[in-house]
Amino acid sequence: MRNKTLFIIPYALWIILFVVAPLVLIFYQSFFDISGHLTLSNYANYLTSSVYLKMTLNSVWYAFLITLVTLVISYPTAYVLNHLPNKQFWLLLVILPTWINLLLKTYAFIGLFSRTGSINQFLRFVGFGSHQLLFTDASFMFVAAYIEIPFMVLPIFNSLAEISPSLINASKDLGANQWQTFTKVVLPLSMPGVKAGIQAVFIPSLSLFMITRLIGGNRVITLGTAIEEHFLTTQNWGMGSTIGVILIIAMFIVMFITGEAKQKGGRTR
Amino acid sequence: MKKLLTVVISILALCAALAMGNAALNQHHGQGSGRLLTIYNWGDYIDPALINKFEKQTGYKVDYETFDSNESMLTKIRQGGTNYDLVVPSEYTVQRMKREHLLAPLDHRRLTNLHYIDPQFLNRSFDRGNRYSVPYFWGTLGIIYNDQKVSAGDVQHWSQLWNPRLRNNLMLIDSARDVFAMTLIAQGHSVNTTDYQTLKKAQDHLKTLTPNVKAIVADEMKMYMEQDEAAVGVTYSGDAREMMSVNHHLHYVVPSEGSNIWFDNMVIPRTAKNKEAAYAFINFMLEPQNAAQNARYVGYATPNRAAKKLLPKKVTSNQAFYPPARTMKHLQTYRDLPLKTLGVYNDLFLEFKMFAK
Repeated sequence: MRNKTLFIIPYALWIILFVVAPLVLIFYQSFFDISGHLTLSNYANYLTSSVYLKMTLNSVWYAFLITLVTLVISYPTAYVLNHLPNKQFWLLLVILPTWINLLLKTYAFIGLFSRTGSINQFLRFVGFGSHQLLFTDASFMFVAAYIEIPFMVLPIFNSLAEISPSLINASKDLGANQWQTFTKVVLPLSMPGVKAGIQAVFIPSLSLFMITRLIGGNRVITLGTAIEEHFLTTQNWGMGSTIGVILIIAMFIVMFITGEAKQKGGRTR
Repeated sequence: MKKLLTVVISILALCAALAMGNAALNQHHGQGSGRLLTIYNWGDYIDPALINKFEKQTGYKVDYETFDSNESMLTKIRQGGTNYDLVVPSEYTVQRMKREHLLAPLDHRRLTNLHYIDPQFLNRSFDRGNRYSVPYFWGTLGIIYNDQKVSAGDVQHWSQLWNPRLRNNLMLIDSARDVFAMTLIAQGHSVNTTDYQTLKKAQDHLKTLTPNVKAIVADEMKMYMEQDEAAVGVTYSGDAREMMSVNHHLHYVVPSEGSNIWFDNMVIPRTAKNKEAAYAFINFMLEPQNAAQNARYVGYATPNRAAKKLLPKKVTSNQAFYPPARTMKHLQTYRDLPLKTLGVYNDLFLEFKMFAK
């Protein structure tokens, strides 16, 4: 028993110092205006300003699109990977890019997409002429999806791997065809993985900021851009924290929606 | 359990040994604190050979640290616990540090080489009488263009950036102050405007620039311009010089109607441990031979008149980097605006960026 309390210390310290304390600090900061007065004006400012509201809508919309694209690519990928021999090896290949620094990958995309980059060289070679690829919504979505895909594939892959083959055999024995087995057995059982993947992709996508500037040329503005600006240039930490709090609330909403649905699904089945 | 304990203890012992070794190394490096000079400067902003020369000449040992923005430097100094003897902030930060009493006043009797500085760079509004600062390098905000895509005559003035022919071909630097500076000047106002209505009008004007704006970027602009991604960019003279050395089709212009002029300056923080060495270093850097060598290495414009004479004619006659007197007359420095006003600048800029779709 004494050992157990001893072992909990690192965990408790970690949680308090790096999870609870920062959250409390952000929450606390958000109640101060730029001259250090205790106020609710940051929140009032946020809720009444068309700029911030539009930015929020923008962020949610882009995050939604990124999540959707990622999901559409990741689910079939995870499904196929699960049926391959040496699946751990193929999975490793999907995860491998996460070992490379994010900034480096983004810069690599600049090299690919730029006017003199490889893709345009190829297009010219094939006779399509060069196109503006950087600073477009499409290139932004592409890079964001590329970066997020491993985080979506992994949980889906795991949940698919957990499905016992005997369930699928049973489904087939009972006369379900391939499609029915997939929609009635595999898909529902892999839903927890899908939800975990959505959580892992949607939230970070809400506050992407490096890619919005490097690939999007600041023509895609998300809440992350605003937070960066408030902390680095205007030094209005209060407003930056307020947007941070909004993002945390958004995170809870997403967790709630995806978490709740899972339980309900469990009960009806 | 016992094994685990041994492992933990040996790791702790190793850590302690490493920490001790590190401390010993640092001590050796310092050779006694009286001979140590700690400099806090921008990254890649001095010829390293000059540091060696200084160490040889004076016997001081230099500890050289770097920062990448005025704000991060300021935060570090403000929080205390630092013992930098010499720092190189930009002019608006000098003003703020002065106001926050972070700087030690300079004793001009000990600045024996100050007379080498061109008088037009002394006694500027951000530090009257140079009580706290000595100019290190200076530069401007201007227009960089690619001569394969536009002709020189099309980009001599800020207002020409609004030309519909530059549609989707202009890159802006991601800085509220600089983008507003160029707009305010185009409308004939001061770059230090604080009046909300004037700023709002500038923003309205800026919004009409939207069709031309290809991207609003930071340091990456160098790479994009070098790769012919856009025809025209708004950037700083130092960055422009770097781009031009890579892509020979690029040229830099400081609009004659005015622009921003900035200074990086040597200052001594109040918390300095070794002012003696700091003065020695300032005088060393003001030495024309050394200032010229540094200017050749860094590539920015030197405020040192005697050093300028030592630089190649090709460099000093380049009006883009050493603008003629009639342009110099119209260049304005940024004043350190109140945080509230800075907030207004940034909010309006953010709104402009949102509008940029």
